[in-house]
Amino acid sequence: MAAIASSRTVTVTINSVEYEREVEARKLLIHFIRDDLDLTGSHIGCDTGNCGACSVIVDGELLKSCMLLAVQADGTSIETVEGLAADGELTALQQAFSDHHALQCGYCTPGMLMSASALLRETPSPSDEQIRKALQGNICRCTGYWNIFEAVKAAAR
Amino acid sequence: MLLREVEYAKPSSVADALSILGAHSGARALAGGQTLLNVMKARVASPDVLVDLNGIEELRGIELAADGTLTIGAMTTCTEICESAEARARPILAEVCGQIADVQVRNRGTIGGNICSNDPTNHLPPLLSAIGARMCIQGADGEREVEAADFFLGVYLTAVGPGELLTKVVVPSGRHDGFAAVTLGVDGTCIANAAASANGSLRVALGCVDAVPVVVSPSSGDDDAIRTAVRGAGLEPPSDVHASSEYRAHLAEVLAVRAVRRATEGS
Repeated sequence: MAAIASSRTVTVTINSVEYEREVEARKLLIHFIRDDLDLTGSHIGCDTGNCGACSVIVDGELLKSCMLLAVQADGTSIETVEGLAADGELTALQQAFSDHHALQCGYCTPGMLMSASALLRETPSPSDEQIRKALQGNICRCTGYWNIFEAVKAAAR
Repeated sequence: MLLREVEYAKPSSVADALSILGAHSGARALAGGQTLLNVMKARVASPDVLVDLNGIEELRGIELAADGTLTIGAMTTCTEICESAEARARPILAEVCGQIADVQVRNRGTIGGNICSNDPTNHLPPLLSAIGARMCIQGADGEREVEAADFFLGVYLTAVGPGELLTKVVVPSGRHDGFAAVTLGVDGTCIANAAASANGSLRVALGCVDAVPVVVSPSSGDDDAIRTAVRGAGLEPPSDVHASSEYRAHLAEVLAVRAVRRATEGS
């Protein structure tokens, strides 16, 4: 029978760095990333799975890290917003966000960037409809979305 | 949000999962977690043990039989259904799975989780009721197969009992299906929905209007016949901030007509 425990050792690779920590089963992945590993780029907005500010890419799949337990991420490779400009240079998408004024307060931006990165990776030349659909899980309360849409469109090939 | 303290197990087989679920009365199966983890935050559910089904390969995947029957593993995600070549045998599946919530939720949320949570606003309970799906439930005493009418029992309640697991969803072949919904924003939560299947007989399942999907069989695809059938169901939908009971009953009629039109278009 599989082991039953209230905590377990979790090994994850985040932005190419491997971390190993003892984690309580009740801890959500977003708290593990922010509090245990001090990677505070990913934000907690609603904590109910609606806003998408905590979006990260786990083994190539875009997920909301407030709806995943940290122990469930054991053995995975995770990308967070910190990984985008890992070498200190903005990605084309990040530069497009800057150029198109795609953020005001910036709180939703880490999640927006991860959702748009996931889209462009799979669909380098998305249609307008595909861009809108890809950003559906991310809420922005400042921009009205238009500039975000424009930035993603500009970053697309 | 910090969840209440909970124990966690990640079995790699259905048999192992069943033995853990059977041994702990406070154990709950964790599928995609897109509902369960949120209700745990709200303390609406407080399981003692979470049995994570994500390590069980036999619960994943879609098989297409020669006669067009689809067998979908309970842990198959909405995204996998949307991208599956096999699932195109019943096109309505990908069409509806593609309008559930958002990319992130579809990447993680599963067909089994959607129907086992049986929230009255979910998309798949009415859809699977309309298209005549059968659910395979496994327990210590073996496997049984139940029809949608015997599967959806009440709000958040299904035929999957304590110590049991939904393992597969079996969907018969058919191409003439339609789905219509009024939602909170594009692809948002349904205020009311309707799924129609016009493969042989005509069947319409109405969602959000009762604890479980309400299935009606209009005598024909005419608007009047559909509206008469929906009225004949004697709906008394719940009222909430989004719609009054009367308005939901009205939507049920309108959406039933739309769903049937989509099901019969081009046929």
